Amino acid sequence: MGRKGMASDIVIEARSLTKKYDDLLAVDNIDFQVHKGECVGFLGPNGAGKTTTIKMIDCVLPPTSGKLTVAGMDVSEKPREIKKMVGVEPQEDNLDPDFSVITNLVVYARYFDIPKKDAVKRAEELLKFSQLEEKRNVIISELSTGMKRRLILARALINEPQILLLDEPTTGLDPQLRHLIWDKIRSLKKQGVTIILTTHYMDEAAALCDRTLIMDNGKFIEQGIPSELVAKHVGEEVLEVDYDEQVMKMLQQKFPEARLEVLSDQIHVFTNQPHGVFRSFLDDFPTRGATVRNANLEDVFLKLTGRKLRE
Amino acid sequence: MTSKQSFASNFKLPTLTYRVWSVWRRDFDVFMKTFKVNFFPPLLEPIFYLVGLGFGLGIFVQNIEGYSYVKFIAPALVAISIMNSSFFECTYGSFVRMYYQKTFDAIIATPISIEEVIAGELLWGATRSLISSSIVLAVVAAFGLVSSPWFLLIPVIAFLGGLMFSSMAMCFTSLAPNIDFFNYPGFLFITPMFMLSGTFFPLSQFPPSMQVLAQVILPLTHTVILSRGLIFGNLGVSLLISLAWIAVVTPFFFVLSINRMKKKLIK
Repeated sequence: MGRKGMASDIVIEARSLTKKYDDLLAVDNIDFQVHKGECVGFLGPNGAGKTTTIKMIDCVLPPTSGKLTVAGMDVSEKPREIKKMVGVEPQEDNLDPDFSVITNLVVYARYFDIPKKDAVKRAEELLKFSQLEEKRNVIISELSTGMKRRLILARALINEPQILLLDEPTTGLDPQLRHLIWDKIRSLKKQGVTIILTTHYMDEAAALCDRTLIMDNGKFIEQGIPSELVAKHVGEEVLEVDYDEQVMKMLQQKFPEARLEVLSDQIHVFTNQPHGVFRSFLDDFPTRGATVRNANLEDVFLKLTGRKLRE
Repeated sequence: MTSKQSFASNFKLPTLTYRVWSVWRRDFDVFMKTFKVNFFPPLLEPIFYLVGLGFGLGIFVQNIEGYSYVKFIAPALVAISIMNSSFFECTYGSFVRMYYQKTFDAIIATPISIEEVIAGELLWGATRSLISSSIVLAVVAAFGLVSSPWFLLIPVIAFLGGLMFSSMAMCFTSLAPNIDFFNYPGFLFITPMFMLSGTFFPLSQFPPSMQVLAQVILPLTHTVILSRGLIFGNLGVSLLISLAWIAVVTPFFFVLSINRMKKKLIK
């Protein structure tokens, strides 16, 4: 998936891309390619460099060094042409609070030189798409967080972008809304839109992305198809048991190749052994508080980026 | 960058396109949405000044340069509104849009550049000066205090002067770490000009050195000279000098403010 394409369908390409602030290396010499129609997830803890990378792709932040092209155009040479074909959903709410819902879309269309008539038509379609028709004339401050998120997504689509940059599109939303947004993103993907999204939610990356790039301290530390990353780094299943020294010893004996992680009062066991190995272990040695669950991208993420808090 | 290059970069000529007007239009649309609130202050404020200072205090004041006190201060009220409306638009107004509303961030994600956003803000500030001072002018005219048809040129002066004050204001905005910062230019720049630019008493009251100083460093002095000259129909070289002063200073601060804001916003 995604990587099978030929060089000609590369939409975004970064070579030795670097962004340095006074004494902070936000993006450290990264290389990546995004192919047409692909949905790529940037995963990483806070401060990993995800948003900085997104902003460089959108020609809002100039790279310090390296090369970054979008649709074959260099970001430092053709920012206007690039921005014309890109839609951005920023992390923070920057809707225009002085305008109503529909006016936000129409005024934004004007920034793209879209004629008024087309802008209104497009805005109406997008209100329908984001299920905000009833809020058409409502002022922004009266919208809920979820409605604002949907409107920001709608606004990102006003110029019918071929590339969509979504910076944490579902942060702070309830499950219903997250799924609604996911549906919208999937339908855009079906229409052939190339998507880069950043997220902290591993299930989101697994559900939407063809490929994820895990970022930490300004570098990509791993990349691949979510399910393959899980299989590669944490195996198929995880066993969680209440901490006990006896149990710990037994686990170490039974699974000598496994990675055992102690988290407060629990032991997590990761193994590359095939499916069902924990089940048979538990049948032989019933252990208190034991659960077996499928390994997921979050396990990969924590393994690779560590458990230290990032602020 | 060497310090010399860095200094020169403050005066790099910005590349501006017609897109500046989309930014201007956004501000204009917001203004029109709340136009009732926006029209009242420039309508009422000059009435208070004319009644309180002009007709009230003015009774105790002898004629100045042959004009009654109320006549003398009327053109200054027009000039002050040119200064105030653009200055406050491009300090508090622009800061709110930039910092709290993130409007600039939203716009630069479209084909509009940051230079064009700032230029649009400056032109909008100038437009506000034009609108406000025209209302003040109408009030002054209604009180019968306009004595020459040359007053018709005042909107042009208002736009030019407004652009000058907008650009200066935007330079302060580029320095502002927070919104409270604007108290400084408020009482160190605007208030002294309000009182000392030949507004409520003639500059000739100053000792000669102060007179020169007021003309060299206080922009409002020149707006007042132009406004008074046109409303009274006293055309002379002093008007051309003031116009030239504005014509030189405005592009300087216009370019400087755009470059400073760009540096502030695009790291």
